[in-house]
Amino acid sequence: MSLLEINDLSKRFGGVVAVDSCSLSVPAGSITGLIGPNGSGKTTVFNLVTGFIAPDGGQVRYKARSIAGLNPDRIYGLGIGRTFQLARIFPRLTALENMLVPVRRAGLRALLSQGQWGHEKERAMEMLAFMDISQVAGTLGGALSYGQRKLLELAAVMMAGPELVLLDEPAGGVNPALLERIAERIRQLNGQGTTFLLVEHNMGFVMNLCHEVVVLHQGRAIAKGTPNEVRENPAVLDAYLGT
Amino acid sequence: MSGTPTLAIRPARATALKAFGLALLALLALLLPVVAPDPATTNMAIFTVMYVGLATSWNIMGGYTGYISLGHAAFFGFGAYSFGLMLIHFNVTPGYPPFALVPVAGLLTAVLAVGIGWIALRTRAATFVIVTIAFMFMLQLLGENLVELTGGGAGLGLPYSHDWGGDFFNIPYYYAMLALAVLALVISWWIRRSKFGLGLLAIRDDEDKALAVGVPTRGFKLTAFVISALLVGMIGAVYGYYITYLYPQFVFDPLIGISMVLMAFFGGLGTLSGPVIGALLLEPAQLEFAYRLGASKLYLVFYAAVFLIVILLLPRGIVPSVADLVRGWRRRQMGPTAGGSRKAPAASAGEEPPTPAQQGLASP
Amino acid sequence: MTLVLEAAVLGILTGGVYALMASGLTLIFGVMRIINVGHGALVVLGAYLSFALFSSLHMDPFVSLVVTMPVMFLLGVLLQLVFIRPLKTDREALSVLVTYAIALGIEGVLGYIFTTNYVELRGWYETATFAIFGFHITWVYVFGFALCLLILGGLFLMLYRTAFGGAIRATMLNRTAAQLIGVDVDRVAAIAFGIGVATAAAGGVVFGITNAFNPGSHYDLISRLLTIIVLGGLGSLRGAIIAALLMLVTEDITQVLISPVWANFVFFVILVAILIVRPQGLYGVRVRDRI
Repeated sequence: MSLLEINDLSKRFGGVVAVDSCSLSVPAGSITGLIGPNGSGKTTVFNLVTGFIAPDGGQVRYKARSIAGLNPDRIYGLGIGRTFQLARIFPRLTALENMLVPVRRAGLRALLSQGQWGHEKERAMEMLAFMDISQVAGTLGGALSYGQRKLLELAAVMMAGPELVLLDEPAGGVNPALLERIAERIRQLNGQGTTFLLVEHNMGFVMNLCHEVVVLHQGRAIAKGTPNEVRENPAVLDAYLGT
Repeated sequence: MSGTPTLAIRPARATALKAFGLALLALLALLLPVVAPDPATTNMAIFTVMYVGLATSWNIMGGYTGYISLGHAAFFGFGAYSFGLMLIHFNVTPGYPPFALVPVAGLLTAVLAVGIGWIALRTRAATFVIVTIAFMFMLQLLGENLVELTGGGAGLGLPYSHDWGGDFFNIPYYYAMLALAVLALVISWWIRRSKFGLGLLAIRDDEDKALAVGVPTRGFKLTAFVISALLVGMIGAVYGYYITYLYPQFVFDPLIGISMVLMAFFGGLGTLSGPVIGALLLEPAQLEFAYRLGASKLYLVFYAAVFLIVILLLPRGIVPSVADLVRGWRRRQMGPTAGGSRKAPAASAGEEPPTPAQQGLASP
Repeated sequence: MTLVLEAAVLGILTGGVYALMASGLTLIFGVMRIINVGHGALVVLGAYLSFALFSSLHMDPFVSLVVTMPVMFLLGVLLQLVFIRPLKTDREALSVLVTYAIALGIEGVLGYIFTTNYVELRGWYETATFAIFGFHITWVYVFGFALCLLILGGLFLMLYRTAFGGAIRATMLNRTAAQLIGVDVDRVAAIAFGIGVATAAAGGVVFGITNAFNPGSHYDLISRLLTIIVLGGLGSLRGAIIAALLMLVTEDITQVLISPVWANFVFFVILVAILIVRPQGLYGVRVRDRI
């Protein structure tokens, strides 16, 4: 069963066709990789799926329901979270406060709730511990190291329990030890039921982690399969190495 | 807020001090008319407390969300005029009963704010500032031109109680203003501790990221805007009642609008005590300047000078700068064992140097 | 009908003045991302400078530009260096307060020196009119319009034909990228601010000739100028010009068709209408900071 289905998705910016009749699907419970040369449209696909830009054509279906054109906060409420290429957190809030911002259900009572938000705070501390950053709970986001921010970003996104998480270059800018930790956490979360779609350039990371890989080139999907299948695919090699 | 700090910097002592200070301030405020009943002092007190309320209310939008409204005088004036018109047309006996109309004026202002906010918030933060200014001038124009309704440039006279003679006259107005200031503070405090408030602060830091984690930014911004307008409208109503004569250019006055902003900035944007301190320090000074130099327009120059010095030397405002100093002093007290990352004190957000949310270039 | 036409022509002529004033304002926003709320006060200052030269030396207002424009240019650079450049954090918000403070300071000083009485700039051509196609146009408006064309033309030439203009445009499009290709953005910012203020001086002369003014006039001015640049799209020179013409023509036509009282109001009504339909203005860009 595919959790996310993209059909014939298109987007152009002025004269540039960023996404060109792109179709792909993400099976529920998988860790799917989205790879491709620079400029192949990967981040644009993310932005289209999460509502930051509206598509020119095509459909995006999440759990068989069309979500194209919805606002990002609505989409998060439906259960799709995302991280950003350059880890984004709230610099003037503490790490713990960062964890408490995500809103899954915007009910009036929930929003007006006071104090330490009881069980939400507990969950947040658990999540921080899971990511091994509970010691910085009281530190302002702006004072965190980049690695800590990456971990915090992922932890915060998970707070509202999204079923699908889009990770934009989770391995970008991190050292090998942290890389391994991140991969491990993703695996664990996946084991607990979260589906992941990740954009990544670090091939080792992708090959080790992903069940399935989709290759984008010039805005369309040119190959898909297991990491090994894709690795040998001539079209893929062409895309990466060709002019 | 936040988990147990690993360094116990005697938070219990700090909280006790704060509570004591607050109690002292509250006592002072309550007893002021008793201690100093002369009209000159009570008049200054009314204006000071008024600005405490205005700055705090403005801060709910400007400080928490980062959307700077320079047109809040629109709500101030609208509150004054709606109160005045109700007072006249409903034939309310002057004295205490009209104060019941104040919340009504506030609600009417809130309705106006929904309309203005819905339009103004369609734009990003820079344009928002300008749009709020535009709306303020629009309302000023309406005030001047809807002559049958508002009396136009000739002004609108309001009834007042003749029983409140001499020294007593200012007193009820003072307490009304004080009540509104306290109300504004309580609401501001409550918002800050809630998830709604956290969402507002998130919007200030990085609006798109807030959207990405489900914060309904549109609705949140509008709500903060309306709440702040409602409070400002009520304060405007009491002001109108106090000065008993409304002129469009003096209630839809850009200087009032900018003063409340300056005070919030001066004290510390986004903090709870900042606007209070800003108002307590700046308003008496402003009144003094206006009194001494008002005729020659030079008071504007002094005002501008204070403005500029404050902004250039204390860009984050008093409260955050003082908090920094205290923290630095405490760290030095602790010595080298104080270690790594900075801890956030109880009133965290907004007290650290704002790292601009410009982490690198746009993604390809 | 001729009344409407005459109003339209007047609207175009006065629109030119506002276009000139608004161009400086939008340029400043484009380069530095700051809203110069003091621009109206700078226009008034320029008008008063010309007034002072006229009162003491009987210098024709248009001639006085030779003096006031360079002086105001230097003032602009100075203001930028002293008050704007030091703002490191929260620049957009703080600059509003800073420029407002500058406006208040200017208003205070002018009020002290010249009092709050209304004054006007004079020239021999003040009330001279000429007839064309049956209606009368005052010479002074034409001169003013010609001046605006001249200066705006110069501005466009500078922006699109000189290397420095290229540097300005680069900074407006992407400050960081401009720095990476070697543009000294700080210098560009200071000079651009100076240019903006110099155009305010020019605008001040034409404004002063066609309107009575006093130190407090800057409020009215700035509210209109801000409305114009929002309508045109913040940072767009083309947008500012078109918006100014549009606004003034509409205002002047409303003045004859409906009433002078509501003519002012129409300004803001247009703004609101545009904001509902197209929040970024005519030539503005819908900006999502980063994605």
